[in-house]
Order: sequence, then structure tokens, then C-alpha cells
Amino acid sequence: MATLLAILIGSLYAAGVYLILRRSLFKLILGLVLLAHGANLLIFTAGGLTRAQPPIIPPDATALPVPSADPLPQALILTAIVIGFSVLAFALVLFHRVYQTIGSDDPDELKVGEQ
Amino acid sequence: MNLLLVLPLVIPVSTAALSLLAWRRLALQRVLAIVGTAVLLGGGLALLTFVWKNGIAATQLGAWPAPFGITLVADLFSAIMVVLAGVIGLAVAVYSLASMDEPRESFGYYPLLQILLMGVCGAFLTGDLFNLYVCFEVMLMASFVLLALGGEPDQLRGAIKYVTLNLLASALFLAAVGILYGVAGTLNMADLARKLSEAAEPGTMTALAMLFLIAFGIKAAVFPLFFWLPASYHTPPVAVSAVFAGLLTKVGVYALIRVFTLIFVADAGYTHTLILVIAGLTMVTGVLGAAAQHEFRRILSFHIISQIGYMILGLGLAGLTDSPAISTLALAGSVFYIMHHIIVKTNLFLVSGVAQRLGGSFELKELGGLYRAYPGLTVLFLIPALSLAGMPPLSGFFAKLSLVQAGLGAEQYVIVAVALVVGLLTLFSMTKIWAEAFWKAAPADSLRQTLSAAEKRSLLLPIGMLAAMTVTIGLAAEPVFALATRAAEQLTDRDAYIRAVLGEPQ
Repeated sequence: MATLLAILIGSLYAAGVYLILRRSLFKLILGLVLLAHGANLLIFTAGGLTRAQPPIIPPDATALPVPSADPLPQALILTAIVIGFSVLAFALVLFHRVYQTIGSDDPDELKVGEQ
Repeated sequence: MNLLLVLPLVIPVSTAALSLLAWRRLALQRVLAIVGTAVLLGGGLALLTFVWKNGIAATQLGAWPAPFGITLVADLFSAIMVVLAGVIGLAVAVYSLASMDEPRESFGYYPLLQILLMGVCGAFLTGDLFNLYVCFEVMLMASFVLLALGGEPDQLRGAIKYVTLNLLASALFLAAVGILYGVAGTLNMADLARKLSEAAEPGTMTALAMLFLIAFGIKAAVFPLFFWLPASYHTPPVAVSAVFAGLLTKVGVYALIRVFTLIFVADAGYTHTLILVIAGLTMVTGVLGAAAQHEFRRILSFHIISQIGYMILGLGLAGLTDSPAISTLALAGSVFYIMHHIIVKTNLFLVSGVAQRLGGSFELKELGGLYRAYPGLTVLFLIPALSLAGMPPLSGFFAKLSLVQAGLGAEQYVIVAVALVVGLLTLFSMTKIWAEAFWKAAPADSLRQTLSAAEKRSLLLPIGMLAAMTVTIGLAAEPVFALATRAAEQLTDRDAYIRAVLGEPQ
């Protein structure tokens, strides 16, 4: 499972970087999305994939049963997804405004005004 | 729970909330901005005094013991940075009164400034890598909007580059945090420092250190990751670029210094040599970039990069010497340099705004004659400009002196030579601004504008205040350097940090 996820994460990163390097602002955004997903899955995989019980202490016990799943990676990913989502929403609006103002989807057009 | 540690987060966020409630009442928002940043400065000073007297302070939010709860830690370095955030916040808030246009003010400029300050202070105070990521994102989000607010074509062009590269850095940071969690099973910085000194393969650790170096390096704008900075910092209104120039890259530098003194110290021969090389290249490329520019704020933007090199230089030297005294001196030099730089650089951006108001342009060739017309402003420019170049007796001289001494002590003569030459080239850039904007006769068709008394007060008061601080740091270098040395001693004493957060080992 970890191997499979590792290949998936690698492909997400590769596709993300490829899209970011394309000469299109729209593909740039898609690339950033894929990178963010890759990073989230990376946390998930690196946090350790185990078949275990949920981390809940049974009513008649005082400690977690061993083995139990680690709840923290999910919490981290959840936070990262929320942040990523809001940042992405902003980026979409920004890129749309740029497209309206500059009238082009080509990042090279952004050089105007720079020496 | 120690209230002092929470205040630098609570004050800006409540000011922002109040400002949002007063959405249509700009006069009230302005008052809130001044009061909020002044209280933040007060809170920062109280925290600094507390940490100075009682050593490193840590608090666990929600009373969950570390490393499980949310930890806030303030050592002297953090406290100094919070104070500086307060100083810059206050100066920029006052400056904004006369320089910010009404459309921007009425679309949330003041609340955004407070959120930015909250993110910055949070990054300085957090004791947990994931919360550092969250604070970075809070800060970035506010800075994205501040940068693009107004929607001028240049601003949008700059914002695209800024947003893209910073999002890339965030994704790398997040990936590094995930792998580190997989390796160590914790993200509390003190816990990481304790666990990683015992276990973990050196190879994995060095790879992780490199990921963090790149992620924070993009934020700190080091060579060769700085390209977003000169592409964006000259586009927003002056008050916004001043607060960016003062605080944002320094958060990256802070994070670098924190993780490379606390967590990644095992393979210093490799990581810190790399940092030293990066420092040298950053200094040189920054200053050469500035030499090629002819626009006031672009010159200053490239100088930010060059100065970041000096701050990283102390960090690199600290890891490459066996003598604890020199290591402390190098880190003290970095801390002192950051203190000096934040004040001076913000001030120069504020001066550039006044020059633009009076002369009608940021282009040096369209400016001129400011010395004859406004000798007072000229003095206010010369103080931070000469300080940036490292003229005695101003603050920059002592900052460079301590780094050079540390470099000689660590026997890294090449980097010392680079630092000295870059100082000279900085002076060249500053004299270029001096000669073009202030000294030469005003161009015939230049727009002459005057400032009303109220504008003068609000524009020149923060500039005068920051210039006075520069002079004070220079004249009272010894007590300020003593503070920086204490901060550096705390940075080198990892066990004290671990004890302060996790308590005494059983």
C-alpha cells in the first residue's frame, strides 16, 4: 500500500511541477493544486499506514489498545486541506483578475514593466 | 498559562475583529489601528522584560502538556522579534494615515494589517512546526491580499509571482513537516530536538534539513530563490511594501535560525557550510542587482536580499566553529543585524514614499533637488542609508563589526572579505540614490507637490522615530549587543529550551 501511495505521490508531484512550468496561468493553478494534494498524501503515508483500531479508549480500559491508529496525520491533513482550499480560492480570483486586466493567459506577458 | 505569551496573538486578532465591525467607519478603523499596534508594542516590551528576568517562557494552550498541546515559547530572540513587529506595525499604521488612499482603506486595509501582524507574531512565538506552517499561511494570506489590494496592473503582475512561489514554498514546507513527523513522531520543536539528537539516520535528517532550507529559503529570499521579491515589493503602496520589507522575509530568517540551531545541528559541517555559501552568494547577487536598478524601491528591494545574506552568515558561522564563544558571537551578530535591519529597511521604504510624494516619482532620473528643498528629509534619509551601508557610529556598523569578528574568529576569511566588499557596494547604491534624488538639481518638468501640516506629521513622525532608534542602537550599542548576546546564548543552549518546554527530565 505504501509503495502504491509513494508512486501516486511521485506522479502528483511530477504532474504538478510539469503543469507549473507550462506557459499558462490556468495550468499553473492546476499544478499548484496537484502539488498540494501530493503534500497531503505524503503526510498521510509518512505518518505510517497500519491496520489498527481507531484511537479510542474502550469504556472498560484506561489506556489505548495496542495497536491503534495515529490520529494526528489526519488532523494535520485536514488543517492543510482547509488552508489550501482558501488560498486556492484566493489565487483563482487573483488569476482571473490578472486575465481580465492584462488580457492574456501567458506568464511571459507579465514581464512588461520589468527590466 | 502565561498571558504575556498569548497577548501578541490576541491583541492583533481582536483589533482586526473590531476593525471589521467598524467596516464603514474609517475614522474609527484608523484609531483602532494605532491603538492596536501601540498595545502590541507594549505587550511585546512586557514579554521581553519578562523573558529577560525569568529566562525562556513557555505556555501550553488548553493545558494539555507538551508535546501534545499547542505550545507557545518565547526566548529572548522571539521576544525581540515580537517587539520589532510592534515597532514596525505602529510606524506603518501612523504612516498609513496620510499615505493610504481611501478606496484601499475602505476595503479592509487596516484589518488585514492586523492579521498580518498576528501571523508574524504567531510564527515568532510558536513552539511547534505545524503551527509554524499555520502562522506562515495566516501571514501569507494577509500579505497576498495586501499586495493585490487596489488591483493596479503592476500590482497584479507582482502578485502572481509572489503568490505562486510562496505557495510552492508552503507545499515544500508541508511535505517536509509530514516526512519529519513520519521520522520522529512529533512536531513539537523541543521534543524534536530531544528525540533527533538520540535517534534517526543522518542521511534522512540531512535530506529533511535541505527541504526545510529550501522552504524557508524561499520565504527568506536567499540566493537562488529570491526572484519573487524584486518582482513584487515595488508594486504595492509604500506603507505595504515597508511592512513587507521589514517583517516578512525576516520571518523566514527567524525560522531558518530556529530550526538550524535547535533541530538540525547534527550534520553542521555539511548544512552550515551550505548556509555559509548561500549567505555569500545572497549578499553578492543582492547588491549587484541593486547596482543595476534606477528605481528607488527596486534598489531597496535588492538590498533586502543582500542584507538577508548577512543574517544567514551569522547562522552559518555559528555551526562551523568549535568555540562556543565564537558561535555565540556569530549568532549575536545575526540577531543584532536583524534588529538593525528591520528598523532601517522599513525606514528607507517610508522615506522613498515621501520622496515620491514630493517629487512625483520613484524613478531616480525624474527625482532631484530634494536636498535643497527639504534638508530635514535629507537627514532622515541619510541616517538609515548610511546605517545600511555600515557607517559608524550608526547601528549597521556594529552589526557588521560583530559578524566580521565572528568570521575572523571562525577563520572563514573568504566570507569576511565578501561581507566587507558588499558593504562597500551598498554604500555605492546609497550614494546613487543620494546623488540622483537628493543632490542633483530638480528636473525642469518635475512635479512639485507640498504636504499639509497633518500629512507632514503622520509621514515624518514614524520616519523620525525609526531614525532616532537607529541612532540610539548605534550610540548605545553595548546594552543592545548585550541583549543580542543573551539571545544568542539561549539559542546555543538547546537543553535550556527543551527544559523550558518539556519540563525537567524525570
